[in-house]
Amino acid sequence: MSDTALAAKLAKAKELLDEHTRQTVRWHFSDETGCPFWLEKKKEFKFDPLKEVNCFDDLKKFPNFEDEWLRGGPIRRWVPKGLADKPVYVFETGGTTGIPKSRMVIEDHWIDYENFSDTLPDEFFPRGSNWLMLGPSGPRRLRLAVEHLAQYRGGICFCVDLDPRWVVKLLKKGDISGVKAYADHVIDQAVTILSAGHDIKCAFATPKLLEALALKLMDKGSSIEESGIKGIFAGGTEFTPQWYRFCREELLGPNVYITPTYGNTLMGLACGKPFDPADNFKITYYAPQPRAVIETVEFKDYNQVVPYGSTGRVKLYTLTKELFVPGFMERDEGERELPHDKYPWDGISGTRPFHEFAATTTVGVY
Amino acid sequence: MLEIPVIRWGQPYESMEKDKIVHFETGEAVATVNNANAGLIKMDMRKQGKARDILRQFTVEQLCEMSAKAADLYQFETLPLGNGTQTPAEFCRMQSATTGLPEHMCAGNMKKNAYVLRNMRHTLEALTRGLPLEILTKGYGMESRGVMVSYQAQTNVLGMVLPSNSPGVHTLWMPVIPLQIGLVLKPGPQEPWTPYRMYEAFAQAGVPREVFCVYPGGPECGAAVLETCNRAMIFGGIPTVERYHGNPRVQAHGPGFSKILFGDDMVDDWEKHLDLMTESVFANSGRSCISCSGIWASRHTEEIAEALAKRLGPIAPLAMNDPKSPLAAFTVPGAAKAVNAQIEELVKAPGVTEVTAKYRNGDRHVAHERYDFLRPTVIHCTSTEPTIANTEYMFPFVSVVKCEQKDMISKIGGTLVASCLTKDEAWSRQLLDATNIDRLNIGEVKTIQLHWMQPHEGNIIDFLFRARAFQNSPPPSH
Repeated sequence: MSDTALAAKLAKAKELLDEHTRQTVRWHFSDETGCPFWLEKKKEFKFDPLKEVNCFDDLKKFPNFEDEWLRGGPIRRWVPKGLADKPVYVFETGGTTGIPKSRMVIEDHWIDYENFSDTLPDEFFPRGSNWLMLGPSGPRRLRLAVEHLAQYRGGICFCVDLDPRWVVKLLKKGDISGVKAYADHVIDQAVTILSAGHDIKCAFATPKLLEALALKLMDKGSSIEESGIKGIFAGGTEFTPQWYRFCREELLGPNVYITPTYGNTLMGLACGKPFDPADNFKITYYAPQPRAVIETVEFKDYNQVVPYGSTGRVKLYTLTKELFVPGFMERDEGERELPHDKYPWDGISGTRPFHEFAATTTVGVY
Repeated sequence: MLEIPVIRWGQPYESMEKDKIVHFETGEAVATVNNANAGLIKMDMRKQGKARDILRQFTVEQLCEMSAKAADLYQFETLPLGNGTQTPAEFCRMQSATTGLPEHMCAGNMKKNAYVLRNMRHTLEALTRGLPLEILTKGYGMESRGVMVSYQAQTNVLGMVLPSNSPGVHTLWMPVIPLQIGLVLKPGPQEPWTPYRMYEAFAQAGVPREVFCVYPGGPECGAAVLETCNRAMIFGGIPTVERYHGNPRVQAHGPGFSKILFGDDMVDDWEKHLDLMTESVFANSGRSCISCSGIWASRHTEEIAEALAKRLGPIAPLAMNDPKSPLAAFTVPGAAKAVNAQIEELVKAPGVTEVTAKYRNGDRHVAHERYDFLRPTVIHCTSTEPTIANTEYMFPFVSVVKCEQKDMISKIGGTLVASCLTKDEAWSRQLLDATNIDRLNIGEVKTIQLHWMQPHEGNIIDFLFRARAFQNSPPPSH
């Protein structure tokens, strides 16, 4: 694609984002449609969001979103009045000790995964085929989202029981054998599902569980490919270039497709740039704009984007009718990447735990 | 730039993840090290049975001869290292540059490792108590006294999760290859040098490369080694030791709390043993589990502490390449400062005196931009009660503790090496029976003087092999 064509796409994407921002802010701060939380919060602002937010960059007028606001109830304070008659889901993050953070969702997880579905190649994720969801269960967005993805593509999703909070408790106790036994318990469930004649061709898995499943199948003289799986999207825990390479070259082989994803309960799902040998396994993610935006910002100034190729902290924006997050500082860092033809906006690569938190964060427990 | 690959059953592997290991003084990169990932280790370990099969194509005797050859190669020759080569002098310089250990101490450790390799045949003879070594290969055999014995290997490989700060630990894994068990090494982040040089020396001496794995990397790599090897050793602090306590698959090596104990019959002659005490505390910059961290006696403890302080107190850091450089540097940011603060807090306890301060001409903590030193410290404790009476740090540090002889054994706690200066037969008997002492020296032996033909924290033969019953004919009727 020529520079001019890409520039035109970028300009169009920016225009769309600005318009989407205006609509989203109007929705969340209008007395008729906004949620109690933001309508109350508006009183603290020294600006009027309805008049003074006219483009995406104007979101920097808001204070950073504090995820602590999500801890505890009442959950209804997050439900926009404009959606008050809809059935509400609640999804949680954390919660090993104390009160977890909760996000209210109505249809966002469906919409996000329907959009994500459009990025999956049918060759490896055949329409109508069944799925294995090898990730956390319980009050997690991921479990229902993947199930919806399977259904949206005409398939049925088979799930395992996995409580990551229990794994964190075991780790905190130093009970390594308990962690191993729990991982074996989860993998046994997956192996049983795959052996039960359900014609599963697609899967979601966290990197660690995919690795454990592949090794278990090898120990049984089989493989992911032999089990019938053709396409996998992975995420939920750290996904490194070395693991990506190891996975493609040694765990899966050339006939199984894998694509990395990056996301969380607040934002939704960022897609990985399609695999290109020239990238040397570098993984670049692009947020699902305009519904969510990722910026890579300076460590000392969260309103300043770093130059392309430079390292910064991940800042997330969520701009849907259900949730308005005007800049949340994620617990990750990475490098800012140039826009891509398929995703004409900034990307991020090398995501890893933010260095100031890395020593105290328990990552990748499942 | 020197680049060091992962070794997967003898095959070099270039990773997407590389770490630079840097000179502790300048921050300048010394080498780039490729990092493994946990899954890769788990994948490789599925083939670990092959290592033992390959090694059993040689006799133990042949492998001991290869070890002796490897000793010379390791100690004297230029060997390949990653995309470059390394002379013995470069080895010492690099090890010093990344670990903070003075070069002459690196050379000393090198000599010690080579000695163990060179004398492998005798070491195995001692550790197996004269067992015909082909019994280890075959699994059973008749001893000269006409008794059938059987030894069964409990693992195909030994995993080693190695530390960065103590090059002395490498002697522990050297008998493994001659015992026909494969080696899986996870080097300490700052000390890849010995594992790679030893691997190359063994390979050049004729040991097939396919029996070695070397996996630099993060903590997940250590965990993968421990998970997948049926026998493994790990080095760490007290929490590590406690975590693996009672796990027959893992031998955890932690602080030694090694001590010198004076019997009442010899304590009045303490001055004659001042050299023994000084060297036990000071050798290898006190950076070893066998370094003495406590001297216990029923009397004269003030004089002993004073005499030691007079010798050790004035010692100050010198350049790493100075042949008399006495102290190793702390290279982990904040570590020395934290240790110093802890000592300052602990000496406030009743009955505790810091004796070295008056001889030091300066602070214990010598801070530089990228590294620190802690100068030798002698503490006197009037009783066993203060916490600092039984503490160990990674620099020349000793507590001289007043304690009645009759109470010593029960109050010293777990002690890796106890050098006991006594001729009292009754007390010697109690010392021999004390299960909280691992290596017992009764006589004028420094805590740091190890005889390599003796077991260390358990006999490696017992760790790797199981003695069991085997019969190929009916037993005599009875």
